[in-house]
Amino acid sequence: MSSQIPATEDIQIILAEHLHLEGPLLPILHALQEAFGHVPRAAHPLITDALNISRAELHGVISFYHDFRDKPAGRHVLKICRAEACQSMGSTALAEATLAKLGVTWHGTTPNGAVTVEPVYCLGLCACAPAAMLDDRVLGRVDEERMGKLLAEAGA
Amino acid sequence: MKIFVPMDSAAKALGAEEVVAALRAAAPEAQIIRTGTRGMIWLEPLVEVEIDGVRHGYGPANAEDVADILNGTSPKALGPVEALDWMARQTRLTFARVGVIDPLDLADYEAHGGLVGLRRALEMAPAEIVAEVTTSGLRGRGGAGFPTGIKWKTVQEAEASQKYIVCNADEGDSGTFADRMIMEGDPFTLIEGMVIAGLAVGATRGYVYLRSEYPDAIAVMRRAVAIARRAGVLGSDVLGSGRAFEMEIRVGAGAYVCGEETSLLNSLEGKRGVVRAKPPLPALEGFLGRPTVVNNVISLATVPVIFEKGAQHYADFGLGRSRGTVTLQIAGNVARGGLFETAFGITLGEVVHDLAGGTATGHPVKAVQVGGPLGAYIPVSGFDAPLGYEELDAHGGLLGHAGLVVFDENADMLSMARFAMEFCAVESCGKCTPCRIGAVRGVETIDRIRQGDGEAVPLLRDLCVTMKDGSLCALGGLTPLPVESVLDHFADEFLPRREAAE
Repeated sequence: MSSQIPATEDIQIILAEHLHLEGPLLPILHALQEAFGHVPRAAHPLITDALNISRAELHGVISFYHDFRDKPAGRHVLKICRAEACQSMGSTALAEATLAKLGVTWHGTTPNGAVTVEPVYCLGLCACAPAAMLDDRVLGRVDEERMGKLLAEAGA
Repeated sequence: MKIFVPMDSAAKALGAEEVVAALRAAAPEAQIIRTGTRGMIWLEPLVEVEIDGVRHGYGPANAEDVADILNGTSPKALGPVEALDWMARQTRLTFARVGVIDPLDLADYEAHGGLVGLRRALEMAPAEIVAEVTTSGLRGRGGAGFPTGIKWKTVQEAEASQKYIVCNADEGDSGTFADRMIMEGDPFTLIEGMVIAGLAVGATRGYVYLRSEYPDAIAVMRRAVAIARRAGVLGSDVLGSGRAFEMEIRVGAGAYVCGEETSLLNSLEGKRGVVRAKPPLPALEGFLGRPTVVNNVISLATVPVIFEKGAQHYADFGLGRSRGTVTLQIAGNVARGGLFETAFGITLGEVVHDLAGGTATGHPVKAVQVGGPLGAYIPVSGFDAPLGYEELDAHGGLLGHAGLVVFDENADMLSMARFAMEFCAVESCGKCTPCRIGAVRGVETIDRIRQGDGEAVPLLRDLCVTMKDGSLCALGGLTPLPVESVLDHFADEFLPRREAAE
């Protein structure tokens, strides 16, 4: 994932791969974020031109969904489940301790850029709560000790 | 030597990959087959070793247990897996293959009854297919419980050049993981169900709208669709019948409200996931304004077994108007959590005390939230309620997607009520004022109650009525359910005695 300004050609290639789809906007936004770590500003006029939608419509869609970022996250993204099943097993205390240890609030990134912490509402791991996800790696029955090891691995 | 280890994300979350690595190192000659999970999550990672054609379980296993498992001296031996009480007591229809087969082996799928239903449906007229589903009594497993056959009939009778099958795999409710489990453990059954739905209503295209929080399910489904396409289960000539059906996996983007069908359709079209007013029904004007079947994963994944075994076989299970089986997802603070498929009618108490074995922490149970974040908190006094759509309704509850989250006596119920409102405020699509603004006011009003202001209670109740009456969809309309259930059953926790009695 690069934080440099992406090249127009690279964005155009991604757009071209998706234009044949019915309802191509979400797949395009996901593909851009996959490639660049966020949905780059530079892509906005190219998307609105390709799909014949207004800037307002595009902004409306990007800002509606929790997943899309307008700037890159840290090198790793840690998602901690805040939903009910995890709460029943102490996720609130786990999340508070983790945020305090890293000195960040929700959606914040550690000063060294290693980890961004985000809330998530259910990972479908409700029978092995509390759950978390480090990048795409799922984690169940997370306690403070295990969380500490994970954060150390991630360089936080 | 054949060894089975789940690749389900719950098993992975508990260390299945480390166990597999240890098995590969210790027994390089063994054939390791990855499966879905049996649903006994407290035993995950559950390693199964085939001995004389019978699969013996060992769990919960970790890398250090591998040597003993291989030489047959492991203290974690559970005996034949099928004979375990949890397995033997179930009626596995929808989940018959989950945990048994390699999810991405189409031959294994066929060897366990896969594609029998589709082959039968290919011999039937569309109206006969719809009638079979109607006879089975299948109702939408996503929460609302609408009869699937009636929905299909509406789409079948609609005239259009293009119709669609859309699978709602935006399983965002806490305490539910049945959709995830079947997509990771038996993806071909969902594909087969969607093809049958397409044949029934005359739709040649399908989409699975799958939440982004499930990266493993997305990967498995995408691979399964590619395999099914290569094998001719999907494409322009389904199993040589001359009929066409093509499908695609689409990934959501973290909006809970997109589990609501009209908001899902907007999202699939590339718009904000804002709820649409009904009518028009999606069955008539759905994806891109065309007739669309929107069904939940479990509803569609149940279709193949109905066609394989016959509608009557399915309808013979259940109680009252809740026919067939329900896939209970037992979660939260429980000793034994997981998925348990059984005929409708089991009581809440049986599930919590008997199946789940009480709480994980060992403290007494205080409440169970049934049906996700929009479901009521049912106190222990309501545990005689049988689990069926109408039956739970009578207890002020909601079966929803049949997820049950158990809380022990340490749960702070007013905090749970506050969380319901907070969640609604975060996830509201913004279309209806009572939901968008009401949820924020709800959080503030609950904070007043927390500070001892008993006069805020009637205000909160009034707000709940407004949200219920004035919201288009279930998010604003049902968020009051958990809040009111807390006021009804647990008020003495946070109010002075006199006010609690009101």
